[in-house]
Amino acid sequence: MFLHQLGYEQRVFWRTREAAVFVFIFPLLLYALLGTVYSGEVDGRPSQDVLLAGILGYAAANTGLGGLAITLVVRREAGLLKRLRATPLPPGTYLASVLASTFLVFALQSVALLTLGRLGFGASMPASWPGFAGAIVLGVACFAGLGVGAASLIRSAEGVSAVVNVIILPMAFLSGAFGPTREFPSFLQAIADVLPLTYYLEVVSRVYLDGSSLHAFPGALAIVVAWGVVGAIVAWRRFGWAPRARAG
Amino acid sequence: MSAIVVRDLRKSYGPVTALRGVSFEVEVGEVFGLLGPNGAGKTTTVEILEGYRRRDGGDVWVLGHDPGAAPRALRERIGVVLQHSELTPTLTVRETHRLFAGYYERPRDVDEVIALVGLTEKGDARVKTLSGGERRRLDLGVALVGDPDLLFLDEPTTGFDPGARRSAWELVRALRSLGKTILLTTHYLDEAQQLADRVAVIRGGEIVKLGTPADLIGASRETEIRFRRDGELVVVRTEEPTAVLHRLTEEALAAGRELEHLEVVRPTLEDVYLELVEEEATPG
Repeated sequence: MFLHQLGYEQRVFWRTREAAVFVFIFPLLLYALLGTVYSGEVDGRPSQDVLLAGILGYAAANTGLGGLAITLVVRREAGLLKRLRATPLPPGTYLASVLASTFLVFALQSVALLTLGRLGFGASMPASWPGFAGAIVLGVACFAGLGVGAASLIRSAEGVSAVVNVIILPMAFLSGAFGPTREFPSFLQAIADVLPLTYYLEVVSRVYLDGSSLHAFPGALAIVVAWGVVGAIVAWRRFGWAPRARAG
Repeated sequence: MSAIVVRDLRKSYGPVTALRGVSFEVEVGEVFGLLGPNGAGKTTTVEILEGYRRRDGGDVWVLGHDPGAAPRALRERIGVVLQHSELTPTLTVRETHRLFAGYYERPRDVDEVIALVGLTEKGDARVKTLSGGERRRLDLGVALVGDPDLLFLDEPTTGFDPGARRSAWELVRALRSLGKTILLTTHYLDEAQQLADRVAVIRGGEIVKLGTPADLIGASRETEIRFRRDGELVVVRTEEPTAVLHRLTEEALAAGRELEHLEVVRPTLEDVYLELVEEEATPG
């Protein structure tokens, strides 16, 4: 039943043009644009590599938090989740297949980003593939947790994409996904210091560029995981299957 | 044998009491109508039976299960058509049926179900291209794909044009002849009269009348006698129509007049219903 649902999740994702463009194409486009603008070195590393790590982090937040929250809120408000609750499909199986589908999308996206980076800008391949794969899983776990949490708090299907973009874009900017934040005023850096993406980017860039193993940075790892857990707890306490906007 | 047993069902939302002791039973193979105005407690009752809402008090059995525990065994055997629900717009009609069929242990043949709800020609059409009536038929198809014994239809024809309502009614009759038990809520009287074997009129969270449509009408003993005198409509309501009619015709004959446009009518379900529901309108 899990695979049955996962297959349909994938079919629906790729067929829903808005989702496929927003979630899948947009980070690639951003990388292509910024990659064309930036050149030279950042902190002694080739800029296309630093940027690739940054966009990977942004893509994790965009796919995990953004894409998932939009999908869940739209389905909930359409009454589709409520409808599913009356079928024998166990809610856990449903959520697991939605999460697995999100993971598949992000994994494909990472491969696409690497390919684009390699062919378009001569970016490096990951120094450690197992570490890189681990970082992908970590990213989905953290931001999907936040995505389900956000979906539990957002009330209307109309507002959801605005809300997630208001969260994700500033977060990505502050965390340094689009370029170094060294010159930022200290209060912005202070905000960045609590954001999950800051630490996720640290993990990704070390793993991708230096070939470090994931557990080399327990501090950053713990913060990323903690954010995911916070999202999951909010989801656990607040997630509803019935539409919110329309009392009924 | 009862498919549904409801005894003294109670439910409040904060200070608002939605159900104040509702009791009824639905027999296997029966089409049972819950009839009432908006906000009377129809949807609350049905959603408790479907397992969506928890009850505050009373006993409820659906196909021998307590829906409050929402057992999967029960969800294998019920089909649900919600008042408002949309299905995934980018899947086709056939894909949507296949998707739902995959949730059940013993689903019906997908193409058979699509034919039953009259969507064969739309099998490969995406859901977003369907008309409103076609979408409701899709909802029904998806509710039938698990081959349920019991079907919940919450206001199945609200917003339909007359033609679409007729064909939806035909469909419900076809389902009944397949032996399905159906619980239907509606605020249309003609719908209850046309489809339901028995009707419960619910008002302010209580059942105020329960019986066959004929029983409900029969319960009211008043008969209406209408005619025109000098162009003016005269309406006489009486519990003794024979005596009243005799007197009226006698007077008319003696005066050499005609009782123009004479009609003697039994109340329709609508009259009975309005009588029941209007009592609610008086503040209390």
